[in-house]
Amino acid sequence: MNCATLQHKLPHATILDPAAGEVLEITVRVPPADLFATLQTLRQDPELQLDLLANLAGVDYPPERIRIHYHLVSLSLKHRLCVQVDLPRADPEVASVVPIWNAANFFEREVYDLFGVRFLGHPNLKRILMDDDFVGWPLRKDFTHPQLVHKPER
Amino acid sequence: MYLQQYAPEPDSLESQDLWVNFGPQHPSMHGVMRLLVRLEGEVVREVVPIIGYLHRALEKIAESRTFPQFIPYTDREDYLGAMNGNLGYVLAVERLLEVEVPRRAALLRVLVAELNRIASHLIWWGTYSLDLGGWTGVTYGFREREGIVDIFQDLCGARLTYSYLRFGGVSRDIRPETIQKIKDFIPFLRKMLGEYRTLLTGNVIFEARTQGIGVISKEEAVNWGLTGPNVRASGVDYDLRRDDPYCLYPEFEFDVPVAVEGDCYARYLCRFEEMYQSLRIVEQVLAKLEPGPIQGKVPRVIKPKAGEVYLRTEAPRGELGVLLVADGSPTPWRLKLRGPSFNAVGAIPRLAQGWKIGDLISIIGSIDIILPDVDR
Amino acid sequence: MGVIDDEVLPRMEKWPGGGLVVAAADWVFNQARANSLWPVTFGLACCAIEMMATGQPKYDLSRFGMEVFRASPRQADLLIVAGTVTHKIAPLVRRVYEQMPEPKYVLAMGSCALSGGLYYYDSYSVLKGIDQIIPVDVYVPGCPPRPESLLHGLMQLQEMIRHESFGERGARRRAQLAEADGQAPAEVEER
Repeated sequence: MNCATLQHKLPHATILDPAAGEVLEITVRVPPADLFATLQTLRQDPELQLDLLANLAGVDYPPERIRIHYHLVSLSLKHRLCVQVDLPRADPEVASVVPIWNAANFFEREVYDLFGVRFLGHPNLKRILMDDDFVGWPLRKDFTHPQLVHKPER
Repeated sequence: MYLQQYAPEPDSLESQDLWVNFGPQHPSMHGVMRLLVRLEGEVVREVVPIIGYLHRALEKIAESRTFPQFIPYTDREDYLGAMNGNLGYVLAVERLLEVEVPRRAALLRVLVAELNRIASHLIWWGTYSLDLGGWTGVTYGFREREGIVDIFQDLCGARLTYSYLRFGGVSRDIRPETIQKIKDFIPFLRKMLGEYRTLLTGNVIFEARTQGIGVISKEEAVNWGLTGPNVRASGVDYDLRRDDPYCLYPEFEFDVPVAVEGDCYARYLCRFEEMYQSLRIVEQVLAKLEPGPIQGKVPRVIKPKAGEVYLRTEAPRGELGVLLVADGSPTPWRLKLRGPSFNAVGAIPRLAQGWKIGDLISIIGSIDIILPDVDR
Repeated sequence: MGVIDDEVLPRMEKWPGGGLVVAAADWVFNQARANSLWPVTFGLACCAIEMMATGQPKYDLSRFGMEVFRASPRQADLLIVAGTVTHKIAPLVRRVYEQMPEPKYVLAMGSCALSGGLYYYDSYSVLKGIDQIIPVDVYVPGCPPRPESLLHGLMQLQEMIRHESFGERGARRRAQLAEADGQAPAEVEER
């Protein structure tokens, strides 16, 4: 797998090459609308075979965006890459990938719980780590809670 | 005959599904997790895992700690494999920090990671035996684990939460007496593992409760995100130590145990065999250990360059991933710990469906989950 | 035992010479209680592993009559709160405590159960001390405490039981519980 073939397979995506020094592994950035189709291609293409969704995590970049990282691994061909999608922070919404990977079920619920990103088409999008009646998105940078005491500066 | 004659036709019986609450305070739950189980008679039709009872907000805490301050928290992320937790985090930061680790420190890292893998598997072995009704196993497992805990205590003073690794090295050098202790321990554990085999592996009751139970195919195991021994038991020949190497693992000779059945027994055998392989690695490390520095040069204030890294290591339970996003300040911008147990819990509904309620215990024990790793 | 402690013995004490009987009965009950503390199995986090290690061969809790870890709180006398208590689990800890029959004792094990420990600052989900929801008899600090410290804490608890008098304990426990209720955060109260 190299960046040129990847670009050929995913014409709409921005592909960052680790050789350029900006990133440490091959990173594919896609607009939210293309996400599902891109991941499906990556999963099913015989030359890529990225069959394991190793990780799915959100990163908050206030004030405007939340970035979701999808780390994919091929167990047979032993390569990996990272897919990233930027969502607007005010109203984050993206297609769920549960139809492709069942592992995404818990991952997406976690990202919903901690960041408030809505995954469209998820079978059971509820809070997973916090109680159902919990208010707020804990891992957003501007989260406040009565129990959240910051360590005093010394 | 008599019963058949007078029992009503199966179709004429009305049955009702029963929701059973299983946990969080339950002795075979391995921590505080709750499962809602829908039973039809004795058959499990649906399982709804409810987690988060041990959600301690590690990832939020990381965002206001400096990089070295977070090392003790990684111990508590998976407390049975604390050294492996340290290793994953330290390697991720070092990838951005670009420091050089002296050879002796790198060897010591491999040594403690493998010893901790054995300790973790010993506890798993003991509790699995306990889950299936054999109290003897847990006393054996804990007794042998004390040997490893003793070694770690000599090494860094702690019994459970070691915080032994540092950026660019390890915190203390190993003493000759400790090396001798490890050398004495290896044949002892080999002997005990042989005894374990006669105790549990060939036991008729144990085999009846694990063979053919909780079967998951190769494709599905990968699809559900199982990693480590759980996926190797389904026939996926993949070990991060060999296939995405980190540390000095390429230097060592070891086999990756793989089974094809995908049932509880296969998962049991894979883990059991891993203990032997880890012992092999420990022996090789001891043979290669030479005097030298244990701490590389690191800046006084740990400030990794801005960037993002996803580092995967093979923890005792599977892939421990650390996603680190740094912005060039002394605290992480975002740190995500991807615990292998999180996906294993996610797969319980698939694994347990259609089996008897008694098999549910066997299945939960065989995937070896640990709750702080699930909830963080 | 709650009935004997709270009702029978106080009445007996008022009889002529009843004090002697009560003192003797007290001594007998206390010896029996102190030497057969049955803990409930409720491991919460890291400390649970040390608690289990204490029960296993090397440290051998059964030397002190405590190896009978009961799965049901209704058969137990001692709740060892071993580990981090989050807001999500707190109502359940309280429920397990309330399901235990009198006399009951609580041992808070580890910094997390004592005060929130490592997770005191910057964590939105960890309860800052188990004594906000249930009364605690013995505090064992450490992260996690070594089995020796747990054993020491249990010895202290036995010592406390040997010297306590009937009635006093019940009154003290009720006062502690009322105080804990007053302190508890509103959201814990509601559930």
